[in-house]
Amino acid sequence: MNNESRWRPYIAGALVGVLAIASVWATTKYSGKGQYLGASTTFVRAAGLAEEKVAPEHVAGNAYYTKEKVKVDWQMMLVIGVALGAGAAALVRKDFKAEMVPPIWKERFGSSMALRALFAFLGGAVAMFGARLAGGCPSGHGLSGIMQLSVSGLIAMAGFFGAGVIVANLLYRKSGKGGA
Amino acid sequence: MTTELWLGLGTGIIFGILLQQGRVARYEKQVGAMLFRDMTIFKFMLTAIMVGMVGLHLLAQYEVISLSIKGTVLGANIIGGILFGMGWAVMGYCPGTSLAALAEGRFHAIWAILGMLVGAAAYAETYPSLKENILTWGDYGKITLPGILEVSPWLVIAGFIVGFLGLFAIFEKKGV
Repeated sequence: MNNESRWRPYIAGALVGVLAIASVWATTKYSGKGQYLGASTTFVRAAGLAEEKVAPEHVAGNAYYTKEKVKVDWQMMLVIGVALGAGAAALVRKDFKAEMVPPIWKERFGSSMALRALFAFLGGAVAMFGARLAGGCPSGHGLSGIMQLSVSGLIAMAGFFGAGVIVANLLYRKSGKGGA
Repeated sequence: MTTELWLGLGTGIIFGILLQQGRVARYEKQVGAMLFRDMTIFKFMLTAIMVGMVGLHLLAQYEVISLSIKGTVLGANIIGGILFGMGWAVMGYCPGTSLAALAEGRFHAIWAILGMLVGAAAYAETYPSLKENILTWGDYGKITLPGILEVSPWLVIAGFIVGFLGLFAIFEKKGV
């Protein structure tokens, strides 16, 4: 491992820390409400916006959609920005790489795109249900919550990682190699 | 578009660049941490938390900003946390990194994103019944670690920094 790639995650992480502080400061100053990094509520609002196309009354009558407000907000713009920023950085740094199945998944479970799609879909559904129940994801609870020393952030992050370790080991332990 | 929305977009673009450059929006890195083979995502997250906790508490102390603490509900935090962790290990992304992964060419992240949208809609449907039970189990309100320990936040921050630096030393020694 060369020196540059060794320090890379620490430097990028430190800059995310600065970004989190700057974001709360700027939104407090210019919009009156401090905004903390997060991502999972956007999936609720996006699902609500999609459902509104087919069943507007149903969305209007749903207690959770009413509570979280189905609209384009600061966090949804943040999530859109994440895709734009990551895509631009990947193109500029020539890191863009089309991949249909992750290499370590392929080594363990074969190269079927349908199998990978099915598991990613089911995993995503369970994870997002859990994130909304817990009240946040690794951004909202993990980063923003723990930065503020909130008890909920610490408990949720312990749950995220603890369950992740168990399931990842059930999936991969016998493969012996692969990984990073 | 309002100033708030522009700030969201700008912050997101920088966040996306840093997620991409930090190499964390990758299935191998996310699952690698759960297998203790590659702790990249923890180096990234814990450094961000370390810097963020100092800056946010300084700004809050001088009343430039106010903190926004999410409530602690043990039942919801623990059960939701475990469900998230199980799904996270299988899809290999978290909500924020899934978009960054898709944008850097990991097209399989689209299935995870679609699944997460369905999961969010399913949660909205079950919310009225959860509200009566799991979402009330062990409700302690907006508590913080220094609050329940009755100590200065700076003491807790110092403790976390020492702990995180210790973890970094272990990661570097083991080469993970």
